[in-house]
Amino acid sequence: CSARSFRFTTFLASLTQTLTLVVHFCLVFQDSAGQFFSSGHTNNWAVLVCTSRFWFNYRHVANTLSVYRSVKRLGIPDSHIVLMLADDMACNHRNPKPATVFSHKNMELNVYGDDVEVDYRGYEVTVENFLRVLTGRLPPSTPRSKRLLSDDRSNILIYLTGHGGNGFLKFQDSEEISNVELADAFEQMWQKRRYNELLFIIDTCQGASMYERFYSPNLMALASSQVGEDSLSHQPDLAIGVHLMDRYTFYLLEFLEDIHPASKTNMNDLFKVCPKSQCVSTPGHRTDLFLRDPGSVLITDFFGSVRKIEITMETINLTDPINSGNDVQTENNTYVDQLPVSEIIHQKPKQRDWHPPDGFILGLWTLILLVFFKTYGVKHLKHVF
Amino acid sequence: MGAPWRTPERRRGKLAALSIAAMVILVGVPLWWKTTQTYRAWLPVAQINELAKLQLQLSADVEVVFARGTATPEQQKKVPVTQTQDEDHAVDEADLSLHRLSESPCGSLVIYVIPESSSLLPENVNVYIGQRRTALLRIGAQMKVGKTLKQLLAHLEPRVKQILQVMSFSHNDITAALSDRVRFSPDNKESIADSMRAFKSSPGYEITFSLLNPDPKSHRLHWDIEGAVQTYIQPLLTKLSPVANFSLDSQILYYAMLGVNPRYDSSRSAYILNADSLAHVINPVEARLGSNAASSNPVLNFLLYVPDAHHSPLYIHDHKKREVQTNAFHSPRWGGIMVYNVNGFYQTGTNFPVDVNINMAKVMGVFLAQLRLLLGVQSTAPPSSFQVAPCGSSGLADWELDRLMWSRSVENVATATTTITSLAQLLDQIGNIVINDNIAQQVSSAVTSLQLAVAELEVGNLGFALQYSKEAILASEKAFFDPSLLHLLYFPDDQKFAIYIPLFLPMCVPILLSLLKIVSEVRQRRREKQAKKD
Repeated sequence: CSARSFRFTTFLASLTQTLTLVVHFCLVFQDSAGQFFSSGHTNNWAVLVCTSRFWFNYRHVANTLSVYRSVKRLGIPDSHIVLMLADDMACNHRNPKPATVFSHKNMELNVYGDDVEVDYRGYEVTVENFLRVLTGRLPPSTPRSKRLLSDDRSNILIYLTGHGGNGFLKFQDSEEISNVELADAFEQMWQKRRYNELLFIIDTCQGASMYERFYSPNLMALASSQVGEDSLSHQPDLAIGVHLMDRYTFYLLEFLEDIHPASKTNMNDLFKVCPKSQCVSTPGHRTDLFLRDPGSVLITDFFGSVRKIEITMETINLTDPINSGNDVQTENNTYVDQLPVSEIIHQKPKQRDWHPPDGFILGLWTLILLVFFKTYGVKHLKHVF
Repeated sequence: MGAPWRTPERRRGKLAALSIAAMVILVGVPLWWKTTQTYRAWLPVAQINELAKLQLQLSADVEVVFARGTATPEQQKKVPVTQTQDEDHAVDEADLSLHRLSESPCGSLVIYVIPESSSLLPENVNVYIGQRRTALLRIGAQMKVGKTLKQLLAHLEPRVKQILQVMSFSHNDITAALSDRVRFSPDNKESIADSMRAFKSSPGYEITFSLLNPDPKSHRLHWDIEGAVQTYIQPLLTKLSPVANFSLDSQILYYAMLGVNPRYDSSRSAYILNADSLAHVINPVEARLGSNAASSNPVLNFLLYVPDAHHSPLYIHDHKKREVQTNAFHSPRWGGIMVYNVNGFYQTGTNFPVDVNINMAKVMGVFLAQLRLLLGVQSTAPPSSFQVAPCGSSGLADWELDRLMWSRSVENVATATTTITSLAQLLDQIGNIVINDNIAQQVSSAVTSLQLAVAELEVGNLGFALQYSKEAILASEKAFFDPSLLHLLYFPDDQKFAIYIPLFLPMCVPILLSLLKIVSEVRQRRREKQAKKD
C-alpha cells in the first residue's frame, strides 16, 4: 500500500511539474506577442447612470457612486467619466450625515469622497439626455465634460441602476427607456464607430430584459436578475433609515476592491460575482455578440485605464536658436511645505469591532426566561413583576 | 303596405348618415393623415447608394528624368527627354538645386535617374529620397549599351514603383486608412501598431505642453515655451495647416508626482523606471491636466517631467533593460512624456531653490519626433538600399506631407461615406424622425463634396482632393450629429392603438352602424322587389 501511494505521489508531482512548465511556456509566449494585440483599445470611458430620485432610493445613488469610485481608483480620469445622478442624496435634507453617501452599514465606507464630479445632476438625467450622450447628438454649446468623446479605439463601460421592468427602465419616476431604444442607440454608436468594445452592466429588477434586444457587435452585458425576478437590496442602516446598497452592486464593489491596476483578473470571475445564494436573484450575462473570449478580457480593460506605452526611439536635431520676444522674468516664489497629493480615494472600509448579531441578546434573554418559566411554572411570574 | 324607408324622416336620416360618412372618409381621413405626417425633406438617396460602393482611384504624377549617361543615344532619341544634368555637388545640394528646377505641385513626384558610376550616392545606396518631392535613383549595372528602350523601362518600373510606395502611398497605407470599412487583415504588426497609434482624422487638434515640477523647493525651472513653440513647433504646424487646424497651449504644474516609485540602481547611481511600470505613470497625472472645455477636438499632451532632487537622476529603461537615449516615451492617441534630469546643472550643497534653464532645443526635438508619430507622419522603415534625407527645419519633408495627405483624404472620404450611408439607412428605418431642411442641405452638400473629392483623387490633384474631403466630412458630421435627429419616438403598435381607439371609436361606431342599417334596408328593398316581380 505504501509503495502504491509513493508511486502515486511521484506521478502527481511529475504531472504538476509538466503542467507548470506548460503554463509557464504559454505565459511567456503571450508576453512576447506584444501588448498591442491583447485588446484593441487605447482609452477607456465610463457612463454611470442612476435613474431614480427620492430619498428612499438612496441605494441607487450609492450603487452608482461605488462603481464611480472603483473606476476612478483603477485609473479612469474624470474627463473620461460621464456621471449622471438623478437626485442628490449627500445634501438631502433627510441625510443625518450630510455630504456623505455610505455603502456599508455602520457608515464604514463613504463613497461620495472628496472629489466627485457629477456631470448630469437632478432633472438633467432624462432619457433624452442619456441617448444624446450615447449617440453624440448634443447641442453645440454642451461643454466637454458632458460629452462622450470616444473613438473607434475606446472601451466603454455603461452602468445603469434604478427601477426597471420587463423591457424598460424607469427614469425619474416619469418616463421610461425601452430595450429597443437602447439597442438602437448602441447600433448608432457602432455605425459611427464610437466604441471598440462595450460592457453594459444593469442592476435593476428584471435587468436581463434590457440586453435581450442588442444586435451590434462587441457588446458584453451583465444584469443582476433575470426576467421575472426582482433585484433585492442589501442591508438597511438604522441611523440613516434607508437601504444602503443593492445586493448585486454590493458584491460587485467587494469584488472590485480587490482589483488593482496591474491585476490580471478576467471577465469569467466577474460573471461569478453574487451567485444566487448571496443575491437571491440570478445574475445573467450575455457574451454572444462579443468577439473575444471572455476569459481573455481583463477587468481592467473596462474598469481601469491601462495605457499602451511605446518608447520614443528617435529625436530630431534642432539647431536653430530660439528667438524669444520677451526676456524671461525671474519670480521669487516661496513654496509651502506640502505633502504630496495622496490618493484620497484609497480608503478601505474601516474594520469595526465585532458585535453580536442584532437581536441575538434579546433572543437569548427570551430563551432564558422561557426555560425558566417552563421549568418552574408560570405562577412565579408574579415574583418577577 | 307601408314602406318605412320612404318616409321623409327616414330619407333625411339616410342622407345625413351618408353625408357624414362621406365627410369622414373623403375629408377627415386625408386630413388626419396629412397632419400626423412627419416633415421629411428630400434626400439624394440614389446618389448616396451609389457612393456607398466607394470605388476609389488614386493617381499620382511621376516625372522621371534621365541624367546624362544613363540612356544611350538611341534610347535618348526615342524618349522625350526634358533635360540633362551633370552634377558634381554633394547629394543634398543636388537635391535642392534639382528641386528648384521644377517646382512640383503637391501629390506629384520627380525621380531623377542617375548613372551607375555616379559618385553622388554612396556605394550601397541605390535611392536617395530628398526633402522635397524628388528622389535620385541609381540605375542598375546591367543597363549598359545594347539594351532597348523597352528593357530599360521594364528595368526601371519596379524600382520606380518601390519609390512610389515609400514616398506616396502603398496598398497597406490605403487599407489602413480605410480600416473603418475594410476588414483589416493584420499581416504585419507594425501596421496595426501604426493604425492604433496615430490620431484619427479630425478637423482640428489641440496640443498642450505641460511642465511638471514636483519639487519647487529645490528647482526653480525656467522654460521659454513661447519662443520654443514659435521656432520649432510652429513651422511644422504651418506646414500641416491644409490637413488640420492646431491650437496650442502650455501650463506648469507644481507638486505633480508620477504614480510609480522608481527603483534605485546603485551600479549606475541613478533611479530607474522600467518599461512595465510606465503604463501606470500617465493616469494619476492625467487627472490633473486640464483641457479646453469649449472644443471637442482630440488633445495631444506633451509632458516634461523634471524629477525631484531626491530622485535625480531618473532614467527610463526599455523592455531589454537598456537605457533609452531620449529618456522619453509616448502613448498611442494620447501624447508623450519626457524626463529631463537637471541634477547635472548644479553641485550638491548649493542653496535651494536652484535656477535652472531648460534646454528647449533638446526637449522640442523629442516632442517633435513624438508629434510626428502621433499625427501619423512616420511610416514604416524604408527598404535597406534607400537613404532618406533628414527632414528640414520644419520637421516635415514635402513627400511626408504628401503621404499624410493621401491617407487623410482617403480616410476622410471613407468616413464621410460611411456617415452618410448610415444616416440614410437610419432615416429610412425609423419612419417618424423629422428631417429638417438644414439636414437635407448638409447631406446634399456632403454628397457633392464627396463626388468632387473622388474625382480629384482620380485625377491626382491632391490639394483639392483633401480640401473637398474635409468639407465632406464636416458636412456629414454636422448632419449626422444634428441634435434634432433624436429618435425618441419608438411607438410600439399596441401603444398606437391605445391612443387612437378612445378618440375614434366612439365617433365611428354610430356612422358604421347607420351605414350598415342603410345597406341592410337597401338589400331588403331589393328582395321585396324581387318577390313582387315573381
